[in-house]
Amino acid sequence: MNSKTEYILHLADNGLILAQRLGEWCGHGPVLEQDIALTNIALDVLGQARYFYQYAAEVDGQGKSEDDYAYLRGEREFKNFLLLEQPNGDWAHTIMRQFFYDNFMQLVYTKLLLSTDKQIAAIASKAIKEVNYHLKFSSEWVIRMGDGTEESHERVQNAANTLWEFTGELFVPTDYDNEMASQGIAPDVTSLKNEWENRVNEIFAEATLQVPQAIWFQSGGKTGVHSENLGLLLTDLQYLQRTYPGASW
Amino acid sequence: MDNRKRWPLWEVFIRGKHGLSHKHVGSLHAADADMAIENARDVYTRRQEGISIWVVESKDIAASDPKLNDAMFEPAADKVYRHPTFYDLPDELKHI
Repeated sequence: MNSKTEYILHLADNGLILAQRLGEWCGHGPVLEQDIALTNIALDVLGQARYFYQYAAEVDGQGKSEDDYAYLRGEREFKNFLLLEQPNGDWAHTIMRQFFYDNFMQLVYTKLLLSTDKQIAAIASKAIKEVNYHLKFSSEWVIRMGDGTEESHERVQNAANTLWEFTGELFVPTDYDNEMASQGIAPDVTSLKNEWENRVNEIFAEATLQVPQAIWFQSGGKTGVHSENLGLLLTDLQYLQRTYPGASW
Repeated sequence: MDNRKRWPLWEVFIRGKHGLSHKHVGSLHAADADMAIENARDVYTRRQEGISIWVVESKDIAASDPKLNDAMFEPAADKVYRHPTFYDLPDELKHI
């Protein structure tokens, strides 16, 4: 598989896995309004994933469809961030995961607008508007909980502490990252780190939260080495196509 | 929710497009005005229903008393001459 296909699948897998996690909230949100808000975000990122899978199929040239990539690959073939496969936990964990990712993706899509690949740039120009809203939403909730009650502050601080070790991976380039950066197709992910951290510092300050200090970061998701959570998630996600191959409605 | 404080109720008004006025579309719960606007965006404009949102806390709306409906609204019932139905309007005129 060529680097470009791998990179596009990485972007697609991020959207699919996050959408699946957010979808788990459907019907279980703390209130109706936030239930709908999360499923709206899920549909946005799933839509982005579909564009990327469709484009990956074209670039891959193996005659596969978007469904083949989503439903018929094993966990070692998925290239999503470890952060996104982490369980929903409570509302604070779900929001914190979203904030870390939105913060990152807004920086990525802003750079992808200038990609030398026109199709990727076109997808980014649609996605950036969605992500701008997601980041506003997740940032406000981090602030609301951090600067809220004693309980909400503690929960959201716990969420930050738990998820922090999965944020290092966002800035660790893989071979396909480096190849795409050298061709001007994608940004150098290491160059996004400062701005990402600045925004975390800014929002956490307003939320009266402590920025966690990690001595070690998890990584591997981008090259298919996942936590045990992904296998369980895929079992749910892929069950129907695995059990009834080709089923459609 | 039990012993926790409930979020107040907000009324939502959406402007469908430029030139139209905001119309009441429903209500929702939110902790403050900012959240109410975002909730309204998610609950009431998912299918491109609007380009502008107003929210107001339900408690801030003063309403007429339904018990006084006879006195308030009946007297208009027999004044057909108030309706501008005797004019021929050109087809181009909309929203009138």
